[in-house]
Amino acid sequence: MTATLPETRNAEAAAAVEELSSYKWGFATEIEQDFAPKGLSEDTVRFISAKKGEPEWMLEWRLKAYRLWLKMDAPDWAKLKIPPIDYQDAYYYAAPKAKPTLASLDELDPEIRRTYEKLGIPIEEQKVLAGVEGARKVAVDAVFDSVSVATTFREELKRAGVIFLSISEAIREYPDLVRRHLGSVVPVRDNYFACLNAAVFSDGTFVLVPKGVRCPMELSTYFRINAENTGQFERTLIVAEEGAYVSYLEGCTAPQRDENQLHAAVVELVAEADAEIKYSTVQNWYPGDKDGKGGIYNFVTKRALCRGARSKVSWTQVETGSAITWKYPSCVLMGEDSVGEFYSVAVTNNHQQADTGTKMIHMGKGSRSTIVAKGISAGRSDSTYRGLVRVGPSAEGARNFTQCDSLLIGDRCGAHTIPYIEVKNPSAQIEHEATTSKISEDQKFYAMSRGLSGEEAVALIVNGFCREVLQQLPMEFAVEAQKLLGISLEGSVG
Amino acid sequence: MLEITNLHATVGEREILKGLTLSVKAGEVHAIMGPNGAGKSTLAHVLAGREGYEVTKGSAHFEGRDLLDMEPHERAAAGLFLGFQYPVEIPGVSNLLFLRTAMNAQRKLRGEAEISGAEFMKKVKAESATLGLDMDMLKRGVNVGFSGGEKKRNEAFQLGMLEPKFALLDETDSGLDIDALRIVSEGINRFRSAERAVLLITHYQRLLDHVRPDVVHVLAKGRIVESGGPELALRLEAQGYEGLAA
Ligand SMILES: Nc1ncnc2c1ncn2[C@@H]1O[C@H](COP(=O)(O)OP(=O)(O)OP(=O)(O)O)[C@@H](O)[C@H]1O
Ligand SMILES: [Mg+2]
Repeated sequence: MTATLPETRNAEAAAAVEELSSYKWGFATEIEQDFAPKGLSEDTVRFISAKKGEPEWMLEWRLKAYRLWLKMDAPDWAKLKIPPIDYQDAYYYAAPKAKPTLASLDELDPEIRRTYEKLGIPIEEQKVLAGVEGARKVAVDAVFDSVSVATTFREELKRAGVIFLSISEAIREYPDLVRRHLGSVVPVRDNYFACLNAAVFSDGTFVLVPKGVRCPMELSTYFRINAENTGQFERTLIVAEEGAYVSYLEGCTAPQRDENQLHAAVVELVAEADAEIKYSTVQNWYPGDKDGKGGIYNFVTKRALCRGARSKVSWTQVETGSAITWKYPSCVLMGEDSVGEFYSVAVTNNHQQADTGTKMIHMGKGSRSTIVAKGISAGRSDSTYRGLVRVGPSAEGARNFTQCDSLLIGDRCGAHTIPYIEVKNPSAQIEHEATTSKISEDQKFYAMSRGLSGEEAVALIVNGFCREVLQQLPMEFAVEAQKLLGISLEGSVG
Repeated sequence: MLEITNLHATVGEREILKGLTLSVKAGEVHAIMGPNGAGKSTLAHVLAGREGYEVTKGSAHFEGRDLLDMEPHERAAAGLFLGFQYPVEIPGVSNLLFLRTAMNAQRKLRGEAEISGAEFMKKVKAESATLGLDMDMLKRGVNVGFSGGEKKRNEAFQLGMLEPKFALLDETDSGLDIDALRIVSEGINRFRSAERAVLLITHYQRLLDHVRPDVVHVLAKGRIVESGGPELALRLEAQGYEGLAA
């Protein structure tokens, strides 16, 4: 395995930040919304909380987080080169609305436009995603009738007893529920970025599926339409009560014109006895240009608590975007015979860096976990799988199976697999398999001789490589994710 | 249809083809025989456009178009099909997906409409039935876990599905059992028509018993050293390659 980041990488990244800070952090003044003064202080936190009309306990929670955060250091152990981030040089409240509007799609970056077309996204929906002026209205009328569809969804969900709200609304309408679960899986002090999120999160989602209810739909389509509002510090909390089932889809295959450089989301999942949560993510934030300039830093904390017996959580992720990704969706397997799964595809191209993986913490008797991680590196990118499997003394008969496969395209990229295994119960069974391969010239030529272009051939081979993961995604999304993989690797083929 | 003139090609600095000339007309079936390492597969790869096979001299034209100027997939779309001596495995991509993607890619290059799912499946059923490939196999990864003979049958299947104009079959007969040889041969005979042509690379007369060639060539040391009718193959079978003009 190779690790070949060029020496100049740091300087380049620093320059990139320089450039970004000159325009990407400053939000256009014509955005009417009032925003908190630049920088981060207790006043910023109070301002956000007041704006949202939050109860006192919520403000206290945020303030506590803020004070803790001040004393924390950014993590430096991931195999990433992260240019220093100036937290005082950002706005915290106005951030989610910081997307400048365009007069028409013609003003959109042609690269992004081309990608929309390749993904087959309808024109009207492209406008919404791109933030074209007046598109919201268009969206109401034409884009799957978004508002009415959303309303229909909401009614259907309501009938089933499913609570599905923005987290701000939930804090107002179901304060006790939120208070009970918020921070119960990812405590405020968990890590630097989670702590920051706790202090300043602007919005996010709350889902509660009550006892015995199978959520009647994928919570997905709704999100595709609303993806434009994705913020910088999102907070998601999903609770599946006893015997409940929900499949939740986060993200969007379309590249997002997002001006926030730092994304520090927190996702908490709680599964009670016999409940199941499937959480799928397609992440395609702006990765920066071919020279490694710009791009989103994506530092996300995702964790599931499988609290009840036989509870189950599956994380499926397709990560193709962002300049830097730092993310380990994890499962705390507390319940007896609880099950955690992690299926991941991470693609890095050009100068992208990804350090991603999972943690499976076995505490319950007979708990089981499966990890399938596929890393694809192209260009000068670098990707690391980092996985922890921990079996506590009480986890009698716990089992884990881990499979990590890396695929290299070209010889200037790197792929690394770093498994951590800690076993404190001798009855546990842990299996770990890892492979590293290259796309063979034979495969590429074989496909080309049948009529596929070089890029199509590579995309097809890569899709084959990722199959076990892609087939975990909801059907319609799997198709888009396949196209996305091809698009992400464009330019990587000689 | 295919015109190759004084072709020289190197692979990794080494000259393998050394002035090869060959002409195949529409409607004809030619066979190329020759000792191991003579350059038969190299010729096939050069014609299909494999990277790393560098043509240093000479020309190759397909229906008047300069083949050497085209990318491998453009050659495929133009109607050239290469049956591989060693078919390649592509894990995770089912044979059906692979073929459908390939068919549509070719159609797109030719400016034709995509094949419908129903039409595709109808064709799959018809072609696979004659070749004894069952649906379970076709749903598996491309050639993954296929036996040597099954891989060759799969090449014949792809030939039937893709309907090229020119089939360049590199030892498609090797590894086939007796029944499969007959079945594949029948497929090639069905493929034969006045508008199409076939170039068979083979070591064995037994294929030529089933598929009667119009012309037989001997390729040795990178050149065609002798050409003749079907009787040439019979003579080689009896005498071997020793004593050939080099
Ligand atoms: N990549 C390569 N680098 C160097 N030499 C090569 C390479 N590929 C093929 N050769 C050589 O070129 C010569 C011709 O090989 P080729 O595969 O064309 O033979 P062939 O006539 O098809 O033989 P066979 O009957 O065994 O299939 C052989 O000597 C082989 O070793
Ligand atoms: Mg050969």
